[in-house]
Amino acid sequence: MPRDLVIRTERITKVYGSGGSQVVALAGVDLEVDRGEMIAIMGTSGSGKSTLMNILGCLDYPTSGAYVLDGERVDELDKNDLADIRNQKIGFVFQGFNLLGRTSAVENVELPLLYDRTGRRLDTRALAEAALERVGLADRMEHEPSELSGGQQQRVAIARALVTEPAILLADEPTGNLDTRTSVAIMRLLQGLNAEGTTILLVTHEPDIASYAERLVELRDGRILRDLKVKSRTVARPLEPVV
Amino acid sequence: MKAKVLTKIAAQSILKNKMRTLLTMLGVIIGVGAVIVMVAIGQGAKSRIAEQVASLGTNMIVVTPGAMRLGGVSQGGATANALTLEDVALLEREATLLSAVSPVVVTRGQVRGGQGNWRTSIQGVSISYPVIRNWHLEAGAFFNSTDVRSMRKSAILGKTVADSLFPGVDPVGQQVQIRSVPFQIVGVLARKGQTPEGVDQDDVILAPYTTVQTRLSGRSWIPQILASTYSPQDIPEAQEEIRVLLREAHELPATADDDFAIRNQGDIAEAAAGTTEVMTLLLSAIASISLLVGGIGIMNIMLVSVTERTHEIGLRMAIGARGSDVLKQFLVESVVVSTLGGVIGVAVGYGCAQLVGWIYGWSIAISPSTTLVALAFAGAVGVFFGLYPARQAAALNPIEALRYE
Repeated sequence: MPRDLVIRTERITKVYGSGGSQVVALAGVDLEVDRGEMIAIMGTSGSGKSTLMNILGCLDYPTSGAYVLDGERVDELDKNDLADIRNQKIGFVFQGFNLLGRTSAVENVELPLLYDRTGRRLDTRALAEAALERVGLADRMEHEPSELSGGQQQRVAIARALVTEPAILLADEPTGNLDTRTSVAIMRLLQGLNAEGTTILLVTHEPDIASYAERLVELRDGRILRDLKVKSRTVARPLEPVV
Repeated sequence: MKAKVLTKIAAQSILKNKMRTLLTMLGVIIGVGAVIVMVAIGQGAKSRIAEQVASLGTNMIVVTPGAMRLGGVSQGGATANALTLEDVALLEREATLLSAVSPVVVTRGQVRGGQGNWRTSIQGVSISYPVIRNWHLEAGAFFNSTDVRSMRKSAILGKTVADSLFPGVDPVGQQVQIRSVPFQIVGVLARKGQTPEGVDQDDVILAPYTTVQTRLSGRSWIPQILASTYSPQDIPEAQEEIRVLLREAHELPATADDDFAIRNQGDIAEAAAGTTEVMTLLLSAIASISLLVGGIGIMNIMLVSVTERTHEIGLRMAIGARGSDVLKQFLVESVVVSTLGGVIGVAVGYGCAQLVGWIYGWSIAISPSTTLVALAFAGAVGVFFGLYPARQAAALNPIEALRYE
């Protein structure tokens, strides 16, 4: 059976600067991610994981190499097409939540749909409400970020990433700003979404968090050091209701 | 992105910084306000002048002696002393397009009577004068042709003179002494107001021109002939008719210039309009400068806004906003700010115009087209000065923008 790949990169490199002051951030990365996988990318600062994350998220171009996302070669697209790819195929979850202030949860979730140029989704409001229900915030629709806890804000951000039904959800240190208990709740949510079929790529430097994934890729000096299946995967147990 | 969404984002951003937005709009408010006041004053002054010109008379033509030439050098207007009573009689007799003709003999003098003294202009005129000037009497009656022929010392007081010499008293039947010559007051003119040049037309005494010539001025030449045509359309032709008649009477060779000048009310109106143009020019200078400064203010604040919201721009780009989406967002915001400033400016300008109108007694009318043009101008200022900051925002790199704190 042929593999259904969401991400395939071939010898991706990224070099900053030119001449004598060149910095090699990525020195040839081959990565394949199957649809439905939950994969964690680990590495210390300077390992190149942020650079890889930016390229996989279509926020940046590789210096060389090929990147195929959801069956489409994206490393040669222009800026506008790349923006559309981000809109259609990628859901971002950031460490700092990045919600718009003074804007209700449901409007925050609706935001990516407003930049959708295909015009295929008409009832953006209903879709945003459905996404919020999926992350368990049906009763917080009209709350503004300042009225929500950190965990709730991250749930809104996850709903915003999910609302466009992306090919992959990119989570960059999603629990970096949260306490342990809330972190567990967020990881449980991500595991649940993964179980429902969402492909998730997790970038973290915490082994605890990485252990929630089923596969672990470790970067060092711009290369893949290890790529292995997580032996003892942490499965978040249902705890008491999340605050 | 839909226009509705863009407007909503702009509105949210504006409401978040109410005071800042208001201060930003101030330049546009003043600029647009000045435009509105300028137009209102311009139009008000214009209709005022038209009113004043109309008050001069009905289809009036003014003939004055022309410039005398000495060795090819013009001696200036009214130096030729070329008009005579014969000319007046000729026009009365021969001109077919004129309904009325009157000489005007002018002198100044001290007038005593009633409550005291008054220095005023004494004009010797014929019985046609009130018809030409469309000037009614408030009391008494105008002198008749017998009075003119017999050089009767009858005087008709202008309202200003009557009010000064006989406050609260009916002057008709009383006596005044003009340069020590006793005159019988037979009538009082209704108030006429100022000429476009600002001269009080009511500061005058009318008397038969024969009396003024013999008793007061002692001059036989006529400084001014007033005439009236039957209809406004006749004015150009009547002017030509007068010209031909007078040239013939003065026996001017074909090559010589006229020794008189003919003007009509329209010429006087044009001269008067010139003064308001200076004021309009001044106000439009103020308007353009404040719109320019206001635009720069908008640009400045939009640049601040872009910097403040760099992180937000990064997020929007990450979730799929194109550069053009970001451009539109900030452009709409600056246009909303400037147009809002325009709306407030129209209101402020309208208020100021009403105040000016109330102070000067002008009727102020602001046409909807003026308002629209002013608003369109404000919007254009928003586009022009919002473009640079919006382009800055659109050109941001999403990664760097997201990292910006």
